[in-house]
Amino acid sequence: MAFIELNNVYKVYNNGVSALADVNLSIEKGEFVFFIGESGSGKSTLTKLLYREEKPNRGSVIVGGINVARLRNGNVYKLRRKIGVVFQDFKLLPKLTVYENVAYPLESFGLSKAEIHDKVINAIERVGLKDKLRSFPNQLSGGEQQRVCIARAIVNDPKLIICDEPTGDLDPKLSREVMDVIEKINKELGSTIIMATHDKEIVNRMKKRVICIHQGVVVSDKEKGGYVENESI
Amino acid sequence: MKVFRILGKSIREAFKSIFRNFSLSVASISCTTITLIIVAIALLATYNVNSITKEIEDVLTIVVFVDKKATEDEIKELSNKIYATDNVDKDNTVYNSKEKLKEDLSQDEKMKVLLDTVDENPLQATFVVKVTDVKHLTETAEKFKTYDKVANVKYGESLVNKLLRVFSIIRNGCVVAVVALILVTAFLIANTIKITIFSRRTEIGIMRLVGTSNTVIKLPFLIEGFVLGVIGSIIPILLTIYGYTFLYDYSGGNLFTELVVLVKPAEIVYSSSLVLLIVGGVVGMFGSVRAVRKFLKV
Repeated sequence: MAFIELNNVYKVYNNGVSALADVNLSIEKGEFVFFIGESGSGKSTLTKLLYREEKPNRGSVIVGGINVARLRNGNVYKLRRKIGVVFQDFKLLPKLTVYENVAYPLESFGLSKAEIHDKVINAIERVGLKDKLRSFPNQLSGGEQQRVCIARAIVNDPKLIICDEPTGDLDPKLSREVMDVIEKINKELGSTIIMATHDKEIVNRMKKRVICIHQGVVVSDKEKGGYVENESI
Repeated sequence: MKVFRILGKSIREAFKSIFRNFSLSVASISCTTITLIIVAIALLATYNVNSITKEIEDVLTIVVFVDKKATEDEIKELSNKIYATDNVDKDNTVYNSKEKLKEDLSQDEKMKVLLDTVDENPLQATFVVKVTDVKHLTETAEKFKTYDKVANVKYGESLVNKLLRVFSIIRNGCVVAVVALILVTAFLIANTIKITIFSRRTEIGIMRLVGTSNTVIKLPFLIEGFVLGVIGSIIPILLTIYGYTFLYDYSGGNLFTELVVLVKPAEIVYSSSLVLLIVGGVVGMFGSVRAVRKFLKV
């Protein structure tokens, strides 16, 4: 069985909007996959299904052998501890320093100070922000803030990292900087990376697997593909 | 260890947010304080009313006056009947013959002179009857009236019933006021927690996404409610301990008249304080559980 498997997944929101229809996917461990598509195509919904922010109306969503669609609300946190999420708007706490932001999840898991320190320093080193430990988010550039978000996502050694438009708010130079960090993590830690984006430049440059979604339906799935112009995206 | 670390963190968070939303916390604490002061008054009043009721019940007796013309045998028969009646406390019921009453009264010099002026003993033999259940005092007394050779039956039914009715009104009034105030307090605490939840919603959202368990997310709010309730119980507890002791000393242990004896402070203030502390904590928790359930979508 693949690390991630989606079988006949349908998602219709309460307001009647159909976000996904009959999605079937299979992603292996350690893969780097792009979900591409225009705004409202359903790519964000798809990523949200993986960390159980949303539940499908039909079908199964299997992550690491667990059908997350059937996961009870009280057990969702166990799944999320194994998944790191990187957001477009970073979701950093403005009153906490870089170190505290990255340490934040571990503190709520009840780890000891020494354990937290080791893991946090390790994660911050990986994203190249060791000299910014005591800085606050508003003292950092957008790229640096996104790297803090990545550090927080990888601090608990997740097997899966989900990135929802991580470069959406960044200029091309900073986007490249962030993508380099993510690619490095994929290679060094072997984490599976799923990234929803509509940044053509990045997709074409990275040459990874690309799954294209249009109006809630998977229209193409290309190994080592790129952003194809004539697919009306 | 993990549990203690999480607990420690939750307690720190709870106190931080109490200070962060200071004015709302003060409002909740004040409301809890007022409620608990009334609870304290109700508690102390109930303890005292119960004690006074019991004391009155202890002294309540039915006096059965025997017909002056009754013979020894008839008195004996009446005595058997009285002792065999339901609700009669046989061990504490006594028969006083005419002679015994005269003898008792004669111990007082003035009464002796008075009694000596008449040739015949003017007194009536009596049965002083104690009952096991005061609620059925009237029924028992009415039954005695139907017996042969009973001249008269006396008992303080109207006074007793009135007193007991007043006491029960006081008690029920207190219960209604306390329940209403407890609901208002829980509502206010729920509102305070709601504001805390709103002011921390980004943080909570991030916590959920990074895999913090629901229990860990909820814990600081529950502790906050509990702490607000417990802080609110401090003044009522002090008032109970020192206020009641002062009242007791000031009044010399009696309320208005020597007939109404107050319960000694040491017997009730500590148990009442414990009740106040528990009520404060529980009401606070109840308020925060409501808020967490309603506003924290976890």
